[in-house]
Amino acid sequence: MSKATLLAKFTDPDECLHACEHLVKKGVKVREVYSPFPIHGIDGVLSVPKTRISTAAFFYGATGTTLGLLMMWYMNVQDWPMDIGGKPSFTLLTNLPAFVPVGFEITVLIAAHGMIATYFFATRLFPGMPAKNPEPRSTNDLFVVEIVGDDNPGTSLNDLKSDLMNHGAIECSDDVLRYEDQ
Amino acid sequence: MLIESPIRQPLILGDKTYAQITDEIVRPIEGRANKMWYLVFTVAALCALWGLGLIAYTFGTGVGVWGLNKTVGWAWDITNFVWWVGIGHAGTLISAILLLFRQKWRMAINRSAEAMTVFAVICAAMFPGIHVGRVWVVYWFFPLPNTFGSLWVNFNSPLLWDLFAISTYFSVSLGFWYVGLIPDFATVRDRQVVPFMKKIYNIVSFGWSGTTKSWQRFEEVSLVLAGLSTPLVLSVHTIVSFDFATSVVPGWHTTIFPPYFVAGAIFSGFAMVATLLLIMRQVLNLQEYITVNHLESMNKIIVVTGSIVGVAYITELVIAWYSGVQYEHYAFLNRATGPYAWAYWIMMSCNVISPQLFWFRGIRRSLLATFLLSIVVNIGMWFERFVIIVTSLHRDYLPSSWTMFYPTWVDIGIFIGTLGIFFTLFLLFSRTFPVIAIAETKSILKISGDNWKRKTESKYAEVGEHGGHH
Repeated sequence: MSKATLLAKFTDPDECLHACEHLVKKGVKVREVYSPFPIHGIDGVLSVPKTRISTAAFFYGATGTTLGLLMMWYMNVQDWPMDIGGKPSFTLLTNLPAFVPVGFEITVLIAAHGMIATYFFATRLFPGMPAKNPEPRSTNDLFVVEIVGDDNPGTSLNDLKSDLMNHGAIECSDDVLRYEDQ
Repeated sequence: MLIESPIRQPLILGDKTYAQITDEIVRPIEGRANKMWYLVFTVAALCALWGLGLIAYTFGTGVGVWGLNKTVGWAWDITNFVWWVGIGHAGTLISAILLLFRQKWRMAINRSAEAMTVFAVICAAMFPGIHVGRVWVVYWFFPLPNTFGSLWVNFNSPLLWDLFAISTYFSVSLGFWYVGLIPDFATVRDRQVVPFMKKIYNIVSFGWSGTTKSWQRFEEVSLVLAGLSTPLVLSVHTIVSFDFATSVVPGWHTTIFPPYFVAGAIFSGFAMVATLLLIMRQVLNLQEYITVNHLESMNKIIVVTGSIVGVAYITELVIAWYSGVQYEHYAFLNRATGPYAWAYWIMMSCNVISPQLFWFRGIRRSLLATFLLSIVVNIGMWFERFVIIVTSLHRDYLPSSWTMFYPTWVDIGIFIGTLGIFFTLFLLFSRTFPVIAIAETKSILKISGDNWKRKTESKYAEVGEHGGHH
């Protein structure tokens, strides 16, 4: 089985996007694109599904609101109601106006941190994780398209090279070693 | 590709390439600091140590070493607290609200403004902590089950709301800031040649690789965090204003406080951002990224929020008169003509009159004028909090208790200490972090870069000549 990988390097995000569009139209499967900043529209070209992270954030937020209200209800209404300045704590409903600020803050707290944590876990971002970008300049000024031989059984990677060069790639290199290591 | 109107001024000057942007922003991290940096850092660090020493002295001896008395139980410390929290607000405004409004000029300044937020909130949070007197039981702030029966914290109290607001604000700002930093740390990591540096930036960049999926998630997270931070930042100063507005002290018991405090916070925060950026762009040679246009945009926000603050001051006076309450009448009369009138008029002239100079384009675009006025605004906003807090308290309902507040050297020293802490942290930040969001700046190069704008303009001109109708 071939572990061959082709890395096509572009200096311009739009050329990179168009080259990917061209490849996908030809039926070539593009494994990954590494870029120094987001290329708008590339996720559609590579058929990367839309992220559901904002839906998760909504549920974290709802959890926050619930937990916050539950906490305040338990502490100030259920467990030890206090009557301070003639303002007793009778029920959750009568106290709700006073519970709005903290309820809101806990909602934001849990929604924000829940979403950040989900983002870190889903993207495998942890302190000290090894970087996976094959070309160090892809965080600087190169847009790198990665095509793996295994994904494209009937296609010769060598033939793709000239095609990519015609579409604005400045360099195409084989990156066999990295996959051999794994 | 997006194309921007040629009327808009370019946001990145000089004919930049992506590699140049990386080089010029990362260079200060890799190079050696000059003598000036060490000098300023030493002064800031000494101030910070001095402040920490005085905090230790306060703990050891008691809050009696401050100028507080029976009538004025809140003064210098709470003034500093509100002032620092307010300064923090600009960072979130720039990174969150301007993101939602798709303002591209935020990209050159959001990183350092967010850093400023985090450091300012650290300085702010110290004051309520050290003010409690018995600092060893400061954890009683939190809703913890305790050993003294099941008595809980009071969720009807604005002071507790404030604790939740400030803690949430600090931690969410820190998270938002770090999420944005990860791709830029990866950029720094991938160009390091010194193994130690590479290792450090490898750890802090969390293995960022810049794949399609990670960028997609990154953008979604940034957008939703901005959406969460926007009401959050408005809530924080609203709740800070509740500390005063929910009391029955004349001059504090005001429904106008929340919007008035939020506008004031953004006003002072932008002034602090302007002060810091004017120094930073000079020292780190970033004039082509933080341009006069950026400063002009900030000055426009300063003039808007300054005018809102001015309207609030005058509304307060009118409503005090209109209320028909003699205590309210006296509180405001005393502010403007009493023993603290000098503070009131410093506040009025610094916050209401001086920012009006920014209506003139020449002044708005003058670096020197911006720098001087930004400092004037910061002084004015400090006095605003001082005036609200001290003049309302020092002559309360009981004339026999009327007194004056004078800060002691400990009060002043702790304030100087927080300035030292703030600048120490900011100077360290400027030497170790990319001070401009590299990835975001690159993403607007083809739209707002000087060279690219020229290119698209000439393309347009060509199309026009050949009768490019469709």
